[in-house]
Amino acid sequence: MIAGRASLLAGAAVLLAPLFLFTGYHLFELTLTVATALAILGLDLVTGHTGQISLGHGAFYAIGAYVTAILMADCGVPYWATPPASALVSAATGFAIGLPALRLRGHYLALTTFALAVALPQILKYRGLEGLTGGVQGVVLVQPGPPFGLPLTPDQWLYLFSLAVAAPLFLLVRNLTRGRIGLAMVAARDHPLAAEAMGIDLAWLKTGAFAISAMITGIAGSLGAIAVQFVAPDSFPPLLSIFLFVGLVVGGIGSAAGAVIGALFVQFVPDLAEQVSKAAPGAVYGIALIAVLYLMPQGAAGALASLPQLRRRGALAAARGESPSRGGTGHVE
Amino acid sequence: MAGLLHQLLSGLASGGIYASVALALATIYRATHHVNFAQGEMATLSTYVALALIGAGLPYWASFALTVVASFAIGVAIERLLLRPMARAPALSSVGVLIGLLLIFNSLSGWLFGYTIKTFPSPFEAAAAGGLLGGYLSAHELGATAVTLAMLLGVFLFFRHTKTGLAMRAAAYNPASSRLVGIRVGRMLALGWGLAAAIGAVAGMLIAPTVFLDPNMMGGILLYAFAGALLGGIDNPLGAVLGGFAVGVIENLAGAYLVGTELKLTLALLIIVGVLLVRPAGLFGRVVVSRV
Repeated sequence: MIAGRASLLAGAAVLLAPLFLFTGYHLFELTLTVATALAILGLDLVTGHTGQISLGHGAFYAIGAYVTAILMADCGVPYWATPPASALVSAATGFAIGLPALRLRGHYLALTTFALAVALPQILKYRGLEGLTGGVQGVVLVQPGPPFGLPLTPDQWLYLFSLAVAAPLFLLVRNLTRGRIGLAMVAARDHPLAAEAMGIDLAWLKTGAFAISAMITGIAGSLGAIAVQFVAPDSFPPLLSIFLFVGLVVGGIGSAAGAVIGALFVQFVPDLAEQVSKAAPGAVYGIALIAVLYLMPQGAAGALASLPQLRRRGALAAARGESPSRGGTGHVE
Repeated sequence: MAGLLHQLLSGLASGGIYASVALALATIYRATHHVNFAQGEMATLSTYVALALIGAGLPYWASFALTVVASFAIGVAIERLLLRPMARAPALSSVGVLIGLLLIFNSLSGWLFGYTIKTFPSPFEAAAAGGLLGGYLSAHELGATAVTLAMLLGVFLFFRHTKTGLAMRAAAYNPASSRLVGIRVGRMLALGWGLAAAIGAVAGMLIAPTVFLDPNMMGGILLYAFAGALLGGIDNPLGAVLGGFAVGVIENLAGAYLVGTELKLTLALLIIVGVLLVRPAGLFGRVVVSRV
């Protein structure tokens, strides 16, 4: 118990340290990382736990961002009140997409969700919706400052705000995946037939997972929009969905820590790579993705988690073949 | 009426491009049951290679042939090196590898050849500069459609009338039994990938004169090709080609009379979702019944 409390305190210290260590742009990047981690967490619920591959979660991120932007700019709703609305709208969209997704598996589902990601910028640009979405120009927002006269810079406040929104959602996903629903998800992923025979309602489970997953990613989009203070169709290209997928696989499937590591990767590696060449970020993403799938299918988080275990058990684990293998990603098809 | 005819014909012309990419997708799906997300980027890179060869002074058709051969080799290499080890892995792993390839090929095109938009020569323009069929179709559109149809005929004859084609169909249909009668299943899969890469290269070279060449050239086209392949039946090359033509016509007619040009990609999305919901096997596909 004491160890648990100590690690909780240590975790809080790590999360709050950037407030004092960084300012301005770097803090802004970390705020975005929090949003990206949340988006990957949402994707993980559907792709990691339930085994439905989505290459279109950028669309839910965009929907969440647009709901926030429209509410703030057109309806004068304060920024802190917009994430719940984004959650509702993206959950409803996720539910609507989860229904046809029931009939699709593996590559087909990936393909259909990818088509959604490709089509979305065009829908956002559509002239009929221009009054709402601002068309190609997008919507510009005002940066919110800290409330109650707190002695914080706007960047510091937004970082704290994002953490405060993200933390309960991480807790929610943790409790959800550790309980019987989480078991049902894994069962549905690894052996749908057996899961159904055990009395799991696959249709409900999968659609529900899709809705909650979309909701979380939508809230992430909401945080992203508040942090960037600007949304436009081209802020949400199809590549965004692919980046979320890359972050999920590189960070580690089925793990909250993986979502954070994946978000750090997606946020910071391209910046480093771009110094080499404009083409480098894509190549780094692609190579990292393939390398992780071959060398550590459980991702960075899985590899880190298995380190102490390996040290303790020594060669025994290897001999018994218990080292993490591809099993965790689920058997589809 | 003339307007409708014009829309129909130019729909068939762009449909020809979708048809050739759809043919490549169906070829890979038939051989490996993978949906190749990297197909478009592979074709784009092949087109750049062709442009470089033409730039180096080679005649068009020599560059064309060299590019097709090189793409075939790259396709075989990808299957051998990257996808073979993932053959038994879950779908997430193979989708991941294909997405990784998409990113790598996209960067490679940009890194080697730059991000500026380039023009690509057409071998048919010189033949008839004014356009044929009363000006409804450009010479290039007509030539490209002819090449697509010839390619389809070639693929059809190959699968139908050669021993290798029969072996490839058998290997895709039932790998275990094929192995028992002496078919080298692995070699057939590699051949399928090579074939698809070569078909994709031809498609890229045919479309580049129309849409101009840049690293993201194939993004939207791939979506239409997917829609076409699904509409016709992704396990049936002939169906995929017909579906590709159909999508081209639907896209043009809907763009002109229904939704306008702004929502064309959404139309592709609707076709994909509609087909998968109403008739997942496609119009000409075989309905697969699995025993549990």
